[in-house]
Formats: sequence, structure tokens, C-alpha cells
Amino acid sequence: MRRFSLRTLIAEAFNAHQGWERQWRNPEPKPAYDVIIVGAGGHGLATAFYLASEHGVTNVAVIEKGWLGGGNTGRNTTIIRSNYLYDESAGLYEHAVKLWEGLSQALNYNVMYSQRGVLMLAHNVHDVQSFKRHVYANRLQGIDNEWLTPEQAKAFCPPLNISRDLRYPVLGGALQRRGGVARHDAVAWGYARAADALGVDIIQNCEVTGFRRNASGAVEAVETSRGTIKAKRVGVVAAGHTSVILARAGLRMPLESFPLQALVSEPVKPVFPCVVMSNAVHAYISQSDKGELVIGAGTDQYVSYSQQGGLHVPMHALDAICELFPQFSRMRMLRSWGGIVDVTPDRSPIIGKTAVPGLFVNCGWGTGGFKATPGSGHVFAHTLATGEPHPLNAPFTLDRFRTGRLIDEAAAAAVTH
Amino acid sequence: MAGVNRLPRGGRIDRAKPVSISFNGQTLSGYAGDTVASLLLANGIHLVGRSFKYHRPRGILSHGSDEPNALLSIDRGPGKIDPNNRATVAEARGGLVTASQNHWPSLNFDVGAINDRLSPIFVAGFYYKTFMWPRRFWDRVYEPNIRAAAGLGKSPDGPDADRYGNRHAHCDVLVVGAGPAGLAAALAASEGGKRIILADEQAEFGGSLLHDVTSTVDGTAAQDWAAQAIAMLKARENVTLLTRTTAFGYYNHNHVAMAERITDHLENAPDHLPRERLWQVRAGAVILATGSHERPLVFADNDRPGIMLAESIRAFVNRYAVAPGRRIVIATSGASAYRAAADAHAAGLAVTVVDIRLEADCGPEVAFVRQKGIDVLTSHTVIAATGRKRVTGLIVAPLGSEGRVGARRTLAADCVGMSGGWTPSVHLFSQSRGKLRFDDAIDAFVPGQSVQAERSAGAARGSYDLADCIADGFAAGDPLTARPRLAATPSLTGFQPVRILPTDADATRVRAFVDFQNDVTAKDIGLAVREGFESVEHVKRYTTTGMATDQGKTSNMNALGLMAGIQGKALPAVGTTTFRPPYTPVTFGTLVGPAKNALFDPARITPIHGWAKEHGAEFENVGLWKRAWYFPQGRETMHEAVARECKAVREGVGIFDASTLGKIEVVGPDAAEFMNRIYINAWTKLKPGACRYGLMLKEDGFIMDDGVVARLAEDRFHVTTTTGGAARVLQHMEDYLQTEWPDLRVFLTSITEQYAVIALQGPKAREVIAPLVSDIDLSGEAFPHMTVRTGFICGVPTRLFRVSFTGELGFEINVPSDHGRAVWEAIYERGRAFGITPYGTETMHVLRAERGFIIVGQETDGTVTPDDVGLGGMIAKAKPDFVGKRSLARPDIVAAGRKQLIGLVTDDPSLVLDEGAQIIDDRHRPVPIKALGHVTSSYWSAACGRSIALALVAGGRERMGETLYVTTPDSFAAARVTAPVFFDEKGARVHA
Repeated sequence: MRRFSLRTLIAEAFNAHQGWERQWRNPEPKPAYDVIIVGAGGHGLATAFYLASEHGVTNVAVIEKGWLGGGNTGRNTTIIRSNYLYDESAGLYEHAVKLWEGLSQALNYNVMYSQRGVLMLAHNVHDVQSFKRHVYANRLQGIDNEWLTPEQAKAFCPPLNISRDLRYPVLGGALQRRGGVARHDAVAWGYARAADALGVDIIQNCEVTGFRRNASGAVEAVETSRGTIKAKRVGVVAAGHTSVILARAGLRMPLESFPLQALVSEPVKPVFPCVVMSNAVHAYISQSDKGELVIGAGTDQYVSYSQQGGLHVPMHALDAICELFPQFSRMRMLRSWGGIVDVTPDRSPIIGKTAVPGLFVNCGWGTGGFKATPGSGHVFAHTLATGEPHPLNAPFTLDRFRTGRLIDEAAAAAVTH
Repeated sequence: MAGVNRLPRGGRIDRAKPVSISFNGQTLSGYAGDTVASLLLANGIHLVGRSFKYHRPRGILSHGSDEPNALLSIDRGPGKIDPNNRATVAEARGGLVTASQNHWPSLNFDVGAINDRLSPIFVAGFYYKTFMWPRRFWDRVYEPNIRAAAGLGKSPDGPDADRYGNRHAHCDVLVVGAGPAGLAAALAASEGGKRIILADEQAEFGGSLLHDVTSTVDGTAAQDWAAQAIAMLKARENVTLLTRTTAFGYYNHNHVAMAERITDHLENAPDHLPRERLWQVRAGAVILATGSHERPLVFADNDRPGIMLAESIRAFVNRYAVAPGRRIVIATSGASAYRAAADAHAAGLAVTVVDIRLEADCGPEVAFVRQKGIDVLTSHTVIAATGRKRVTGLIVAPLGSEGRVGARRTLAADCVGMSGGWTPSVHLFSQSRGKLRFDDAIDAFVPGQSVQAERSAGAARGSYDLADCIADGFAAGDPLTARPRLAATPSLTGFQPVRILPTDADATRVRAFVDFQNDVTAKDIGLAVREGFESVEHVKRYTTTGMATDQGKTSNMNALGLMAGIQGKALPAVGTTTFRPPYTPVTFGTLVGPAKNALFDPARITPIHGWAKEHGAEFENVGLWKRAWYFPQGRETMHEAVARECKAVREGVGIFDASTLGKIEVVGPDAAEFMNRIYINAWTKLKPGACRYGLMLKEDGFIMDDGVVARLAEDRFHVTTTTGGAARVLQHMEDYLQTEWPDLRVFLTSITEQYAVIALQGPKAREVIAPLVSDIDLSGEAFPHMTVRTGFICGVPTRLFRVSFTGELGFEINVPSDHGRAVWEAIYERGRAFGITPYGTETMHVLRAERGFIIVGQETDGTVTPDDVGLGGMIAKAKPDFVGKRSLARPDIVAAGRKQLIGLVTDDPSLVLDEGAQIIDDRHRPVPIKALGHVTSSYWSAACGRSIALALVAGGRERMGETLYVTTPDSFAAARVTAPVFFDEKGARVHA
């Protein structure tokens, strides 16, 4: 792998950039692999990278129906934070944040993790109670999260409207300064390039059509649009389409898929310094390095596998944005789009074994999976390499819906996350 | 005559109405009918901005909504400034203050242009390869600098002075685009009386005919034919005509969203008009007559100001009577540009045509312009443009066989028109989820299979000839009636696809732009493909081509063509990126419409709201409701007011507005059975006239909602819910009733808003209402705690509940909403002698906490079972099933160590803990510390003379008397575990 650096960049500038290599190969599938990962999004590619780099498992294929990074990895609003309530979630997301902090260097790819701070706004007494509960819980967990008064929130985010006359006035906020945003495409590409360099085959335009099981019921191969590929272990990381793929292995997953929408404005000069999330009025906003306001909207009310939602959903998000930041009323929506998110009953992910031996799953990240990408890949690689969960993903079993040991962040916060 | 380059005759401008605007502080004149772009060109101004990345000088590329370069900040008055307006769309009118963007210190001298010198480094995706060391420099040094250099205009910094409208409309046929095909479609579709909406983004209908001064249709000038068509449509009552209205989004079920611009073009807009209006149209059928976009040619320095699309020259000359230059060179690979050459020549401008095609491959267009005396160089390529802030010429060279390039020569030019062919505008079709099909004959994607009730017509489906467009429009508008084909001047169509012009220059040094706004060159596309970005989506994201504010209208096909060429694939094999709404950028305010301030979310208020407001209440938001929070008197703080209100209820009588509580009537022969299945409690034996506290679970076994339920009759229950849960509970009930138990004969009716509820609580409550109530025996024996009676209060029918959420003797008086305030006032008047005190939600919270009553959503959070909060005994064990029953048997629900509701009293009685504070058993442990639970409620209790708290703590009921530690903002506080009840432990007072 040709290293990226200012030095090589300048050298290539004198070489008309003719010397750059492919960032990843486009290999034909081999007949068999130790591990096959289904889904070349951020989570799947990260899993492959950590399998190769931390566990020495390099005979790995990542197979992808479309193009790598073409799903939710490249469609989300890139918010990264770890100030979750429960120890299980906070542990997992904090693991991810720590990896984020060194990810550009680890991958030799600038994923632009920008720790500009994530501010979550409280708009009613219930929010205040809930956010303080988070702040206190995070203190015991050793995770940064602080309570801000409305005036402090305004100082941190000058465009914020803290007028008492708002329909839902800002009563304060919880700020995680280490939170921020990253460049989503670069995450997929960086993991792909680094995994590829370690020998992982990334096989795009290859759809899984079925699973082949041996006499004892264990998975021994996946059937794909490009033929049968054998594998000792298979990990499915297919976000909104996980339920569809696992149905082909005879598994019925506790998942519902919804279209989730986002939009960007036309680019403008720097005007918005941080990330603001308001669950009560439903608005999520940051400004990209390109200058676009990146705005997260909600999910449609109906389950769907279509990446197109109704107009009323982004409209409602913009109502909230203009309420909180009236100066943006004359900005323009440049582009809006949808992705399919897979949601579990307790809004926490499932990372671990399935009922089929050799078949593992990493899914159910709902509306907030991007932030977990490195941590999710890291613990799932451990799970695939050893056959047993890493301590951090041990609580996130499929079985918890049977035992009742739920990790219900949404119920706890009464919010999406 | 306004402007040095204004032609003496012609155009659709109104020379009787001069206007002047300001551009970068300079006052410029033009006429009504000008766009800002045509006005600038009339004044000889081509340099209007700097590009996104390299800060290269940029001019006006087009004459319409596909403009990538000419983006201006426009100030229309206080609170009416906004960035990134396309000068080619913004209509000129008096009072406009415009300014160019993305430069410092000035448009002419921009320090940022250093980026252009560094362009050998700043190639596509360079930022992924560097800026990684040292690690902390990314958000502190690199990123701030990158951000400052990026972005285009400046965001407004104050509130928007305009307002916006919103309209829903239904029609049989929506026609998008009022060019020749759209007009024909609307004419045909509206003949039979169907409801038609015709919308076009331009200020006038006519589309391309607005700048076509030579064609004829059906024997008359094409513009006259269009005028007649418009007049006919105007005369039809079943037709709604919308100019300045852009259909920007095509959603499911033929839902099309359109933005209408209403006042921006008016100098003195009446106050009653909104600036823009959102139209949400549901159409029986949609006809997309959205026309096509011209492709630029890709050659070195093709972005110099003064270089524009050939058709745009035609538009500026014919429609706006502006000479975009005096010496014009048209570079083309197709026939249509010859019309531009002819029209510019006819306007007295010097014109030369350079055609990439072999003479033999050209059509009659060559002879057509040569006979007018125009020089045509066929089989020539353009090597480069010269000039920096304004084009000065084109370096051209003859093409030899096998791609050899002959001797260069320079053609002087102050304006260059380029045409690389045409691309149908399939954006809306693609948004409708229709499948595109590649048409080799016209080298473009065209609409294939429709998914919705939609049809494309005219140039939008690659039918470029004028007569064809009209015939196609007729057929689209009314497929059942054959109409005679109208004769029209044959259009000059046909072009040779060319991805990048052949050159003898070192290809690695050439900077030929594909995406003008985002500064993406052909080299960048090559680099991306070389680096393995093979998918069109990858190339788009890696190079940012097509991601600018023009959404790739001018760049996409060239980028795709270049990719195909490099990869050696056919263009359709490369595919196309997804077209996403909106078609052109839409103002946030337009999408918000009236949904701001009070209308952001309509506030729900109770019949007693006005009284509370008049009596100084502070309100809190609970769901959509405004609830009286507390009633401060004089300069009282909240703490003082609440302490006073609490004392009044405990010692005398308090009055509380409980109208927001959800109320549902469950009625029918199977009502009791339905209640049995929904709630954990048993209902069969509850007698009419009796009340019971009910608890319901979700399927997962966790508490969902609670409330007192009264059985009014065998077949009728009056259910109450939490304020925030009312809609959710009704939905939950309906869901089960309709999908799981359709056999049950039960009707559910929300009666929340039908009844005002006045809670009268305190030892003197009975005395206060006694004289006001009739037909009900209020005595303790006849009307005990947890019963309901119907009768009258103040002559108004009432459902009178004897219930208490305070622990005191109390009544909840349900009266029809219309009488709510009158009854409230009557009770209040009567109560004055007893010191009646209005109290708010905060006091209600304190009083119930003193008694240990839970609030769903505060003590519970969706992870709490009935047993966790000490209500396990309410579960009717004998019932075969109820929602959530199965989940209560799950291993982790019955395991030891679950969090249980307890009371906490702090060692320091004056310390009121924070709600949400975490609880641990050893304060000296290092982080991370496993918390045992958290404080759910915490108040100052006047009745106890100390602070009290409720908490959920692991194994809490086994910890009575233990000392635990609770987080405070900067430390921990010690507190002792008690039973979750602090006052009147036996609960005797309610029976008073």
C-alpha cells in the first residue's frame, strides 16, 4: 500500500498523480474463505480490517450487493458521540470514540474526525431530568458529558435561539466535547483500502442469494449472484436489509426497517461551529467542511425498504431547524435523501451469534450506527475470530429479547439516538 | 439604452420600464424582463464570482436554472438577504443589491486564487491523503482553514423578514414545464374539462420558444403560437397556470412538490403576499415536459468568464436583447449551436463556428450559416481558451486522421459559445422512481418504464424537434384523441458525442473543467478511476462532481462519458447517479411555510387556561399541552410558591386543572373483557360506580401507562391516561382491537377534549362543593373513596370522581368543556372562604411523591415492571392473559437484583437531590463505577419539613436503612434508603 502523506502527495503533484495505486482491488471471488462478511458498509469493512490487523485472519471476503459504502455509511449525518446512559451502550460507543480518535492515523486515511462537540438540547422538564441522568451516569462511567444552561449553550453555539418565547424554549443542554462528526465516505474507503492491503477481498456487485449448511446445520457456504463461496464463518452486516438476508438462512429477526431521511443546504461560509441535536423538536444539524448544513430528519411512520420517504418528514425537520436557528430560514435545501435503518425492539444493536452455527450477525443500529463503526467492527472481528463475543458486545445478544435483558436507551431517554 | 451591450432592438424586455440594481457597489441599469445575469451582461460584466475550490474567475455559463457559476448574494432589504442566488434565474428589479461571493479582499483580486497555483496538489480527494499529522491539528488548524476557504456565500445572520405560504392542490393532470410540449399537453388535456395545473419555473410560459425568433408553427411565428396557446389556457376555468413555479420533488402516489416564487421579483410587494409558496399537488396523472439541458464542451480552461453555452448566447441575444460579446466563437459538436450562430450574426455580432465534426458528418446547418457569411471551421478541435478574467480567444487546430492535431491558430473572441449536445431533463422522472434507459441515438438517458401515473413529453424524453415536441405534447395530454400534426420549422438537432476535445497538449497538464462550480476537471475523473473508484457513485463522491448547487445539470453526462471512456465501457454500463430532490434548491422557509412560532406545533390549552394565565400561572410544556406549573404570588420564587400551594392542600383545599389527562370511553358488551386484556388488573367484578387504578404494559412487560378507571355501567368504562400518553394509549388499544381481537364488540372514543377536569383536593374539599352539587350524596358512606357518581354541579352535568392523587380527601369534577371555566370559577368563589388555593403541576408532583405515587415516565422509563415499582400485587393472577403477561415471565424479569422503587432521605435534610442523579454504594471507588440506580423524583417537602426523593435502586427493597451515595453536581451526598412513602403512611387521609 502506497502510504498517503504530504510528502507523497507533493511527489505525485510533480508526477501528475500518475503514480497512485488503486485504493482497493476488484478481485474475483475465491472458492473459499475463512470468513465471509456480508455487507461492505462501514461496519462490515471495519470488521474485515480488524480481523486482518488484530486477529491475523486475512483470508476474508467482504461481499456487497452494490458498491462499498453505498448504503447508510454514505447517507448518514455522521454524528459521533458516546454519552449513552447504560453501561453496556456507553462502553461500546466509548470504545468506538477512542478508536475514532486515532482512526486517520491507523488507516493512513484522513477520515476527518472533528471533535467539535455534540450539544443535545433539553426543551421540557422531562428532558432536563433525562439529560441530567445521562450526565451523572456518564460521570460514573468516566465519559465526558456536561450540563449547560441555556446561556452556556448559546455561548457554545451562537446561532442558537434561546428565547423564552419559543414554542419549546431551550431549558439547557448536555454537551459532549469529544463528540463530533467525520467524513463518512472516507471511513468506508479508508477501511476498504487498509483491509485490502492486508489481503481482504472486497467483492462488489455480488448479492447473497442463500446460505448452504452442512449436515450438522452449520453454515458452510454462501450462495451469491457470482457463485457459491465457501466459508467457515459468516458475519452478516447488512443494516436495513439484514432481515431479508437472514430470512434466506431461515432466521426471523426482531427487526423493522424504516426509511430515514437527511438533507443538506447549499454551502456557505462557516456559520455553525458544533453539532446540535434536539430530540424533542426533532432536529439534528452540523455544518460540513464543504459548508453545507447537514440536517437529520426522522423516520417515516411505516416500515419500508424503499430509500425514499415522504416530503413531510424533512419538512418537519426544517420547521424545527428554523425554530431553533431562525437565521437559516432563507437558506436552501440542496439535496435530500433516504436510507434504510433497521430497528430492534429496544433500539440497541444485535452483535453476536445466531441460532445457526457459524452464522453471526451485527445489525439493529437503527438511526445511530455510524458513530459506532470502528467499535462495532472491532468487537465483531473479535467475535468472528474467536467464535465468542468480546466483553463489550457480550450484552448485545439476540437472546436478550427472549430473556428480557434489554438495553433500552430509547425508553430511558424517551428519544431516538 | 441601458447597458453598453444592449442591442437596439428586440427581446422580451420592457424598454419602457428601466430598472437599476447594484452589483458590488456599482449601479447598473437594465429593463424589466431582465434577469440579473442579462443585466450584468448588458453592462459588459462577465466576471461574477470565484469558483469553490481554486477561486478561479467565473462568468455566466447559462441562461437558466442549470447555472453553476453565477451565484450572487442578493439583498432585498432588511432581513431579506440570502446567498447563492443564480443570477440567471433572479429577475432584475429596482432595489436589488447584489454581490459576488467567495473571494477576499475583492472579486478582482482574490487571495484565495493561490489555491489555483496549488492545484497540482489540490487534486480530487487530496484531503484524504494528508492533514493527518500531528493528530490534534485536524480540528484546530487544518479543518478551520479548509472550512474558511470552502463554502460559497455567507449565511444570513438574522431572522427572515419574509413569510411563506403552503397550499395543497388536487388535479387530474399536472403538467410540469410550459415549453412547446408542455403547452401542447396542457391544451390537449384541458379540452375535456379535466382539472389541469400547468407549472413552469420561468417568469413566462413558452420555454425555449421565448428565445426562438425564427421558427414558425402552423404557419405563424412560434412565439405567437405560444401566446395563443397561453391565451386559450387562461380562458379555460379548469386550468390553473403557475409561472415562477418549480416542481422540485416527485414523491410516492403522484405527490409532486412545487415552489412558487411570488414576491422576489416585485419592487414594492404588497405585505399580504408571501415570498414563496409551497404547492403540494396530488395529481391523477403527471406530464413531465421539463425540456433538456445543453452540455458544455470539455477543453482546457473552458471555464473562463465569457465562455457560455451556445443556446444561452441565443437566449441572451433574442430574449434579453443583450450582446454577450462582439466577437463570438461558437465551438460545437452538434447542429443546434448553428441557430445561435445565425441569431448572433443577425444581431450584428461577428461570429465564427468551430465544429469538431467532419464536414461530411454535418448536416444542412453548415450551409445554412455559411450562406449568411459566417465562417465555419469543421473538423477542428479547441485546444484551449485564452484570457483569465475574460476569455480573449480560442486556440483551435484542425483534426487530422487518427486523432492527429494540426497546426494551432488563435481565434480572437470576447465570448465563446459551446455546445456538446443535449441531455433530457429526467430528474423528476427519476425521482418518481421510473427506470431510465440509455438511447444511443441521442447519447443520453431517457425515461424508460414509468412506475407512477406519469408520462414524459418532448425534449424531456429526447424528442428535440419542435414539431415532434408539440405532437408529443398533444399525445401526452390526451392519448385518446388523434390530433393533426402541426407543421413547424425543422429544428437543428443531432450531435456527435465528445467527452473531451482532442488536444496535442500534455493531457496531464490540461485543466479542462467538467463540474464548473466544484472545480472538477477531466483529470480528476481520471485520477478517481485510476485509484479504483469505479462506480459512478464513488467517482461522484470522491471528486464531488455533480454535487454542487446545480446538482450536476451541466456536468453529469460529461463526467459519465469520461468515466466510460477511461474504463473502456459503454456509457450505459457506467450507469447514472440517483437523482434526488429537490430539482433546484428550495428555501427552507418555503418548506416550513406557516409552521413557525406558535404554529410550529399548535399548543393545546384547557378551558381553564385563560383563568390560570390571568392568575399569574407559569406554564410548562407537557406534550402539546400548556399546563399551569405553579401560581407565584408577588415576588415568590417557584420554591416558595410550591411550598405554599402544598401546605394549602394539606391543610385546607387546593384546586387544580387536570383537564389534560387523557380520557377514553371504552364501551360495548365486551368492554370488561377488553379491559381485562389491556390492563394487568381484573375488571370483571368491578361494580358500576366504582373506580380502580389501572396499569397497562407494553408487550415487553414494561409499564406503558396508568390511570384511574371508572366503571359507569356494565358496558361502559371511563378510562383516564397520563397527559402525554393519551394518544399513544388510544392507538395501542385500537391496534389490539382492530388487529388482534376484532371479535370483541367494543368501541373506543377519545373524550379528552369533551371534559374539563377540576381536581379539588384537601380536607375542606367536600365542604367547598357541597352546596354546588345536586343529585349526589357526598357523604363518606354514600360516596366513598374510589367511586364515581353522576349528577350536577352548578347545574351542569358532571361525572364526579372521588379520587385523590395527593393523598387528601379529594374530587375530580368532570364537566363538559364548555362549562369548565364557569364551574371552576364558581368553585373558586365558593372556596375563597376556605382559603382555596390554585396549584400547578409541580405541587401535584410533590404531593403525590410524599405519598409515594408513581408518575409513568418519571418513576418508569420503559424498562420498569409493575413489581419494580411495588405494584406487582395489582396483577390479576387468575386472568388467562393480558398484554405483557408473557414477558413478565422472562428469566431476566424474574431474576433477583432488579431495580426497585424506594425512598431516599438525605443525611442533610435541606439538600434536594437532582432528579436523574446516580446512586452508588461506595463513594471511594475509582471510575468507572457501576451505578445501583438513579433518583427519579426529588422535592422539598413542606409537610415533612425536609427533602424527599424516590429512586430506582438495584435490590432496593432489601436495602432498607442502608446508606447510599448520590451524585451531586460536584460530589456525592449520603442518603438513607426508606420505604417510598413519606407522609400519611397508612393512607388514612383520603378516607376523611
